[in-house]
Amino acid sequence: MDKVFDSAAAALHDMPDGATIMFGGFVSAGSPTNLILALYEKGTKDLTGIANNIGLGDNLDVLCEKKQLRKMIASFAIRASAKRQSLFEQLYAKGEVELELVPQGTLAERIRAGGAGIPAFYTPTGVGTVVAAGKRVETFDGRQYLMERALLADFAFIRGYKADRLGNLVYRKASRNFNEIMATAARVTIAEVEEIVEPGELDPESIVTQSVFVDRIVKAPSHDVRWFN
Amino acid sequence: MTFAGLTRELIALRVARELEDGMVVNLGIGLPTLVANFLPEGADIVLHAENGILGYGGIVADEAEFDQDLINAGGQPVTLTPGASFFDSATSFAMIRGGHVDVTVLGGLQVSARGDLANWSVGSRGGGAIGGAMDLAAGARRVIVAMEHTTRDGEPRILEECTYPLTAECCVDLIITNLAVIEVTSEGLVLREVAPGVGADEVQAVTAAQIAFSGVKVMDL
Repeated sequence: MDKVFDSAAAALHDMPDGATIMFGGFVSAGSPTNLILALYEKGTKDLTGIANNIGLGDNLDVLCEKKQLRKMIASFAIRASAKRQSLFEQLYAKGEVELELVPQGTLAERIRAGGAGIPAFYTPTGVGTVVAAGKRVETFDGRQYLMERALLADFAFIRGYKADRLGNLVYRKASRNFNEIMATAARVTIAEVEEIVEPGELDPESIVTQSVFVDRIVKAPSHDVRWFN
Repeated sequence: MTFAGLTRELIALRVARELEDGMVVNLGIGLPTLVANFLPEGADIVLHAENGILGYGGIVADEAEFDQDLINAGGQPVTLTPGASFFDSATSFAMIRGGHVDVTVLGGLQVSARGDLANWSVGSRGGGAIGGAMDLAAGARRVIVAMEHTTRDGEPRILEECTYPLTAECCVDLIITNLAVIEVTSEGLVLREVAPGVGADEVQAVTAAQIAFSGVKVMDL
């Protein structure tokens, strides 16, 4: 079974309006820029996006240009004082996009749990803060914890370094971040990579994302992305 | 009347004195990142970046050497130290929540008398930027807050109760500002050190919570 698609656009052929999409990456590291730009070109609407950050050198902000996002679930989105506002910040200020703000570690664990078939878990993070609103609180061994629900998505867009044709992936430096866990938590995971090799060419000891988690692969160049502030 | 006290660099230097050989340390965004420049000589201190690096070194100043896949949690390009490793975000926060990070140094907007921290939103614009701060405040074994003692307008940042949205309750162990080193104890705030040229009563005058004085020393910088 060949999972390789000719282009980012071809890999998104069945993307419907209203989809929930996880976007890997952390600021400039491991952002699936080519897939994001293909989604922008396609113009798919009413999307729910899940990502660590938006509007911080991640190219996700471009999805606000045509108002493709209905809602974002993120840990870092609205800065306390922004000299230069992102498009997302501008839309949010006008009430044209929803935001569910999630602590970064809780976001990561919700995704990990989703991919691992665990519907909910307890964390000490967020107890006594606005994040706790409406959530179940339990005491274990004298300390309070919040119940958090798992996250799943229709699609995950991730950026790897090399893939083999089966979908095994290796990453480059600090680009694993949310890519590795998001690959496990979507119905369709699409990986864009620098290079595609034949099965057997990647050392089994070095494989970080296993082929079982990857559905589509696109060879795409890395883009120079930088944080603006 | 406000007292200038230490520069941001000197605050970072004083924070660095709290770090010891063998510690795993996470530095928050802003002032805390400066602490990396003042790590004690000869001590093995492992810096943890929540985006997935254990063992990063300095910040890369040369634009030409920018590698977009090798950044800290503030988006700054960094170098690696020998023995560094990479991992995903869930593993990174397992290190934090699991108590494997010895110290985190976080910036602060407000700290309360019982050690509540507010550092992610001033509340007015909605939304906000929590990032890893709530997990670090709840999970690190020791939480040091590094901040200016007052706002630019001279308003106290150390208060009986925080007015901004909280990052975590009762999480702060030590506050290091341009004026003072203050420990949060079960009995309340205790002034341990003052900046050179700053009096204990002057620290109390710009602090909106009661501080106990006990063997106050002048900071050794």
